[in-house]
Amino acid sequence: MRRSAKDTDSSAKGITRRGLVLGGIQLAFAGVLAARMRYLGIEQASEFRLLAEENRINIHLLPPARGLIFDREGRPIAGNEPNYRVVIRREDARDLDQVMNRLQPLIGLDEDNMERIRRELRRAGPSVPVTIADRLSWEDLSKVAVNTPSLPGVTPDVGLSRHYPLDKDFAHVVGYVGPVSDYDLSRIEDQDPLLQIPKFQIGKSGAEAKLEAQLRGSAGTTRVEVNAGGRIMRELSREEGRPGDNIQLTVDAALQNYVQARLEGGLSAAAVVMDTETGDILAAGSAPTFDPNKFVRGISVADYAALTENPYRPLAGKAVQGLYPPGSTFKMVTALAALEEGIITPDDTVRCLGHVEVSGRRFHCWKRAGHGTMDLYGSLQQSCDVYYYDIAQRVGIEKISEMARRLGFGYKFDLPMSAVAEGLAPTKEWKLARRGEDWLIGDTLNASIGQGFVLASPLQLSVMTARLATGREIIPRLVKSINGVEQNIRGGESLNINENNLRQIRRAMYGVSNTRRGTAYRSRIVEDEYRMSGKTGTSQVSNRVVRNSEVPWVQRDHALFVGFAPFDDPKISVSVVVEHGGGGSAAAAPVARDIILQALYGGEPPLSAYPSSEQPRIEQIRRGLQVRDPEDFELGRTRA
Amino acid sequence: MSFLEHNLKTVPTGFRKILHLNWPIVLLLMAICTVGFIMLYSVAGGSLRPWADPQIKRFALGMSLMLIIAMVPIWFWRNMAGVAYLGSLLLLVMVELFGAVGMGAQRWIDLGFMRLQPSELTKVTLVMILAAYYDWLGVGKVSRPIWVIIPLLLILIPTALVLRQPDLGTAILLVTGGGIIMFLAGVSWYYFGAVIAIATGIVAAVFRTRGTEWQFLKDYQYRRIDTFLDPSSDPLGAGYHITQSKIALGSGGFSGRGFMQGTQSRLNFLPEKHTDFIFTTLAEEFGFIGAFSLLTLYLLVLVFCAASAFSNKDRFASLLTLGVAATFFLFFAVNMSMVMGLAPVVGVPLPLVSYGGSAMLVLLVAFGLVQSAHVHRPR
Repeated sequence: MRRSAKDTDSSAKGITRRGLVLGGIQLAFAGVLAARMRYLGIEQASEFRLLAEENRINIHLLPPARGLIFDREGRPIAGNEPNYRVVIRREDARDLDQVMNRLQPLIGLDEDNMERIRRELRRAGPSVPVTIADRLSWEDLSKVAVNTPSLPGVTPDVGLSRHYPLDKDFAHVVGYVGPVSDYDLSRIEDQDPLLQIPKFQIGKSGAEAKLEAQLRGSAGTTRVEVNAGGRIMRELSREEGRPGDNIQLTVDAALQNYVQARLEGGLSAAAVVMDTETGDILAAGSAPTFDPNKFVRGISVADYAALTENPYRPLAGKAVQGLYPPGSTFKMVTALAALEEGIITPDDTVRCLGHVEVSGRRFHCWKRAGHGTMDLYGSLQQSCDVYYYDIAQRVGIEKISEMARRLGFGYKFDLPMSAVAEGLAPTKEWKLARRGEDWLIGDTLNASIGQGFVLASPLQLSVMTARLATGREIIPRLVKSINGVEQNIRGGESLNINENNLRQIRRAMYGVSNTRRGTAYRSRIVEDEYRMSGKTGTSQVSNRVVRNSEVPWVQRDHALFVGFAPFDDPKISVSVVVEHGGGGSAAAAPVARDIILQALYGGEPPLSAYPSSEQPRIEQIRRGLQVRDPEDFELGRTRA
Repeated sequence: MSFLEHNLKTVPTGFRKILHLNWPIVLLLMAICTVGFIMLYSVAGGSLRPWADPQIKRFALGMSLMLIIAMVPIWFWRNMAGVAYLGSLLLLVMVELFGAVGMGAQRWIDLGFMRLQPSELTKVTLVMILAAYYDWLGVGKVSRPIWVIIPLLLILIPTALVLRQPDLGTAILLVTGGGIIMFLAGVSWYYFGAVIAIATGIVAAVFRTRGTEWQFLKDYQYRRIDTFLDPSSDPLGAGYHITQSKIALGSGGFSGRGFMQGTQSRLNFLPEKHTDFIFTTLAEEFGFIGAFSLLTLYLLVLVFCAASAFSNKDRFASLLTLGVAATFFLFFAVNMSMVMGLAPVVGVPLPLVSYGGSAMLVLLVAFGLVQSAHVHRPR
């Protein structure tokens, strides 16, 4: 359709006319809106502000109770205890300085504290409660409560604070909580309003940190009407939060206590006890340790410095974080790799003259005089190095590493503990990629006896032992149940290792701790039902020929022992590492034996389980141990 | 062929079109969106997540869309009006059939990368089809009953579909927005007078019959009206939103409590603090000055739209421009009235400020059409 210019002009005029009418209406309405804004925001502001301050609906957050942590028997490891405190909300305190000055003499606040509170008040939102003082005595709390009419905005309050009834025992497994920090807030992508509460406790290390999502729960809210003084007049509605999930760990608190106490004898040591059936971690000790309760309350600078400057590194959870050359405990891996490849039979022998020469370098056996003719059994029983130098050259590093990984080395297990270490089962590619160097035959020789590049954590050593003992893929587990819901046991499938070969290895491990020439014969168990199989290890820290006692602590060898028991029906596996402890047979094997007996007997074993020559020493050790009274575990239960 | 196509010689071509954009509107829109980012940052407790960051990304997408649409000649869009309208009707039907249920109402289709609200889209396509309709219709015929019924149907079909979802806010916007275009196109005053008279009659009847045997509404519906008229009678129920937002506005005073100092935003007083009720946070934190400034920005957009429309001799272009402006006006007028307790709470966001992808994209697309009309106006 064609339109004339006149037609369009009249149309445009019409639209403009109507548009102006409409614009007029819109402008009038906008005027109404502006007037309403003025009315609400300015004319009525004083009234609304009064309404807002005098009799207003406030929303307060109700922090949820953090989930409890129990051991496998239901004994409490982490609980919550009431914490009397005084909080202040900026918007309710009309004259902050006046309120603070009145409060100061009541509960004896020092100037540092006053400064801290003022700082926190400036930063926090107007209705967010800021803690003035916590862990108050009942008397102090009462003093504040009586004086509340003259302290607007100040509320006495009962909160919950984390408490670890078994203090030092689980410092590395369960970890600790602490007040949420600015660093935490910048790091976590977490919109939970709970984190805005000053001093809200969140997990900082160990299971407390890794299981934070389950343990925290979610905030509840309460709507309250408050008056001009900030007093709560009435509660209008309350929406309860969801408390955190209760978590049951696989650990046995009594065993853990014993392990921890036994390890404290050495200067710096770690041990992991596992159930070979399920992979449950029954105990994971690391010495020296610390009291996590100190961190909850806010550790003093001096105490913290003492922990960080201690050469034995009490803050490190060595059971899963510590990486050590496994030394001779690695020989089962090399032997099994050779057996599985069909390169050796158990009866093949190697002559040990105390050393071998490979590509112009001399590799020594720990026994300088040599072991003579060695077969598989003898080489493990007496821990002959030359035997492994020989077979390793024929098997090659790739097969050894592959077997190591099948047995749990070089793998970061998924456990809710801090800094679980991956360890290393080295290969040619690894060395080329990481070091830019070709793999040398000497590297293979070193690796065959668990030296050189091989690194493993006590956890991995315990996993290896459990896998050797069962022939199944045992995967460690730390969480037994969450809110009563049993967690899956993973793994357990066959490793597809020839059972005959495994049997040869186990037979030799039996020889280590039950036959006269075995390196751990002195640490044998004589109770027939509970006999132990194992392997000692002494891993070199520095290259030298002098005795351990003649060099400083940090240059001494690590002492290791891995074992399982009973030898014919494995129930538990254990690994012990004593850092710079000297020889594995002297420093680590007795500890492992005591832990195994303690675990199998479910308490202190009778002296008759030990060989008679050892019994006086055992009695002496027992007297020195500081083990918890069985009732202690129950005390926590009633409180939690 | 309309008037416009005879006067193509002077329409700018290629990238020179950018120079002929209606720049004041572009800048005003950017300013309004920036206010939105700042408020979303504040209600999240001083964090770009979870709202400000996605909103900024959608803004970038919307601005690009607006510029692309502005580059395409307006007559192309006029020819597309019918297709766009039918397409949005089809989407509305699809939402009815497959739409996910969000917030208790069936409103969006999940496209994977974003959730599309067809009801938002309809606000633009309805303006387009009505403008195109009146462009096609001879000026002399607009008030004849048969030619009035057709646009009424064009308005009421999508409105009925939207009401089924149910989305009262959008339905009101569609009916009022459509009515405004009919008014602008020159439909006789008598029709509007009649509609207003009937509506007044119904309202009067509703109230006069209350308590008698023939009352129009159920008792609970009357109680809802009561609550609206006097929110303080039910401080925790239906009146809660209104009371809280009034208190927020009141406590903001003349200059506000200061950026990020609002209590409403921090403590989740209002469940819709980042969407429909974001104006309360603005008023609480920046006071009367902040609220009034935002209103001024909105009005300036309308003024520039009106100026562009009045100077445009093409009927489609000026009706479209005024229609988009009217829809924009309805958005903020209804939202502000609702938040300030002048109207009942119906779900209408504060345009370009509230969190929400579909609404922002659709508005920027609509302003893309306005820009196209401005760039390609006959000279």
